[in-house]
Amino acid sequence: MSGPSELQEIYLDHAASTPLRPSARDAWLAAAERHHANPTGSHQAAREARRTLDRAREQVGAALGADPGEIVFTSGGSEADNMAVRGALGARGPEAVALTTEAEHHAVHDPVERSGGVFVGVDERGIVDLDALADVLRCREGDVAVVSAIAVNNETGSIAPLREVADIVRDLAPGAWLHTDAVQAPNWIDVAAETAGYDMISVTGHKVGSPVGTGVLVVRDGVELDPLIVGGGQERGRRAGTPDVAGAVSFAAALTETVEQREGSVERLRVLRDALIDGLVDRLGDRVEVSAARTNGDRSHIAAGIANVCIIGVQSEALLFLIDAEGVRASAASSCSSGAQDPSHVLAAMGVPRDVALGSLRLSLGHTSAASDVERAVDVIAESVGRLDRFGGG
Amino acid sequence: MAGSTNGARGARVLVAMSGGVDSSVAAARLLEAGYDIAGVTMKLWGGPSDTGCCSVSDVDDARWVADQLSIEHHVFNFGDDFERHVVTPYVADHAAGLTPNPCVECNRHIKFSRLLRRADALGFDLVATGHHARIVNGAGGPRLARGVDEAKDQSYVLHMLDASVLARLLLPVGETTKEEVRQEAEARGLVTARKPDSQDVCFITASAGRRKFLGQRIPLRPGRLVDSSGSEIGTVEALELVTVGQRRGLGAIGGGSPRYVLDVDAESSTVTVGSWAELDSEITPLEDWRWMDGPVDGPVRVQTSAHGAAEAATVDRIGAAVRWAEPRRRVAPGQSVVAYQGDIVVGGGTAARPVE
Repeated sequence: MSGPSELQEIYLDHAASTPLRPSARDAWLAAAERHHANPTGSHQAAREARRTLDRAREQVGAALGADPGEIVFTSGGSEADNMAVRGALGARGPEAVALTTEAEHHAVHDPVERSGGVFVGVDERGIVDLDALADVLRCREGDVAVVSAIAVNNETGSIAPLREVADIVRDLAPGAWLHTDAVQAPNWIDVAAETAGYDMISVTGHKVGSPVGTGVLVVRDGVELDPLIVGGGQERGRRAGTPDVAGAVSFAAALTETVEQREGSVERLRVLRDALIDGLVDRLGDRVEVSAARTNGDRSHIAAGIANVCIIGVQSEALLFLIDAEGVRASAASSCSSGAQDPSHVLAAMGVPRDVALGSLRLSLGHTSAASDVERAVDVIAESVGRLDRFGGG
Repeated sequence: MAGSTNGARGARVLVAMSGGVDSSVAAARLLEAGYDIAGVTMKLWGGPSDTGCCSVSDVDDARWVADQLSIEHHVFNFGDDFERHVVTPYVADHAAGLTPNPCVECNRHIKFSRLLRRADALGFDLVATGHHARIVNGAGGPRLARGVDEAKDQSYVLHMLDASVLARLLLPVGETTKEEVRQEAEARGLVTARKPDSQDVCFITASAGRRKFLGQRIPLRPGRLVDSSGSEIGTVEALELVTVGQRRGLGAIGGGSPRYVLDVDAESSTVTVGSWAELDSEITPLEDWRWMDGPVDGPVRVQTSAHGAAEAATVDRIGAAVRWAEPRRRVAPGQSVVAYQGDIVVGGGTAARPVE
């Protein structure tokens, strides 16, 4: 088939990775050109690099409500999540248990599963069952090393009641470290305020507009973690390896801009997101279901720019192919390593029937989205569904 | 382009790329012939595999070849369909004492049914695979014929392909030998040129084997071992693992001449064994027989395994049984039975259990 399309791209996959912000690009280039030295060295060039790194640390801390010393730079969200779960378990010893929800990103889900950890269910909105969480903690108190709950779900956009989760965990498992995967969150919620009671917070650059490859784990003072990577003792001994100064500076710029613009962009993108969903419902009828609002249509708990819809009767794999050919970039569940679409464990945990979930489509908006994108996407999706209807759903 | 009687230059073709050398060369040939092609790798099995199929590294190999050819590459997850149409019936057949052929069912239900439907939905005109078989013109439309390379011929496992499917299919490597395919892959610099052929059933690991796979899904039941007069002479550990014609693995039956499995009766949990001579049969009953272009009254040659020789026989018009020209070893019920005239597949079905 034809190579790269000359069609205008309609990018609706910001939750997977959002385009580079100009401020982040400029910051990266400036730092990469200026700082050739290793920031752990002792000479003047190294000290300058170190100062730039620490200013980035300060800036990231300010955006996340953390002290600079609590910022541990990582290679991204997956490393941060693994550090939180495995690091906490490793520091506590063989009896320790990790606890999380059934709707986590694989970067939390898999380390918890591999360690034989405990999963708490979510409701049909994708929100953790707080009663079940309390019940499990009552039974398990004493051996729980870490509790992790995703802040904004990457697939459905469901926003967790982070403060209530924190209250329950502090009350019933005071010895457990509390972690949240907030990788999607800076775009949609006030992370500094909502996660103030958390011991560890994962954030990553490419969801806020800096390059892939830099993220952070906020680790409050006093949290005991076994490091995943040991060596030169960087990041206060929490994560060895030569720090990526340009990555850190770029991440700080993107995160700061995201946080500063958040309120305005949430309002703007909510309008676009609702137009997208309502446009699809107009064209395709009630076979379009918002995955996290199937019971009563209420979208108030869903991040403003995320529309995870199930289109009943089509296979999302075929739908994604057709809309991609028209320039519309989206995704279904999280992709597995082979590139195939695997059925979503998140939708399954929410009780979405498998045949409905097979038609799931995640459309996620971000800082470059425009009203014209939404109009075009609705047209393309509706026409593609029409075609698939003629071929048994694809 | 050699090997194609279908389609026209510029037609959109979806090439099933397994990550092996045959489908890599198939894609390269179609591209060179002027087709507008995209590659797809089907993800069929989520579990472990060490038999050279369906793994992430195979998907990577296919993607790498697609990159070398500068074509798009996609991955379709047909895992649910594979479970329903291939794995579940495979397990049920073993439980019933049959010897199923899952590759045939995968071709029937997945590669040449599910994938074709997906290709239609996505606007492709044709589908291509790297199978060693040919499509030739017959009186009633396109017909399936053996590949040029006798040792690698795959027409047996594709026997169900009828004119309606063949008209939408390209088999670009069927006109050449495997050795030629490998040489061409080398010459083109394709990364899969020296990759070994895939082996056996893709969802059963060579390390754990059929016993473990079936044991995780169904209870394996012990069976009575009787001779052809009905006298009990021992037991077998797992009836579900016994195949008609098998000699080894029957446990100790005492001395004397070697004994072979003549019949597996799952209902009464009985395995009947007998001598080599008793294994001979003149007739193999059939089920689900289908003539491709009407019954053939005269002699045909009939093949009962993927790499076995075809033997002289006749098949009655309604496809109830094969009558062999010379007595031959019993065919394990569940195996595909395929009739040829010359190189052309004229009919196919499944061996049934003889009614006593």
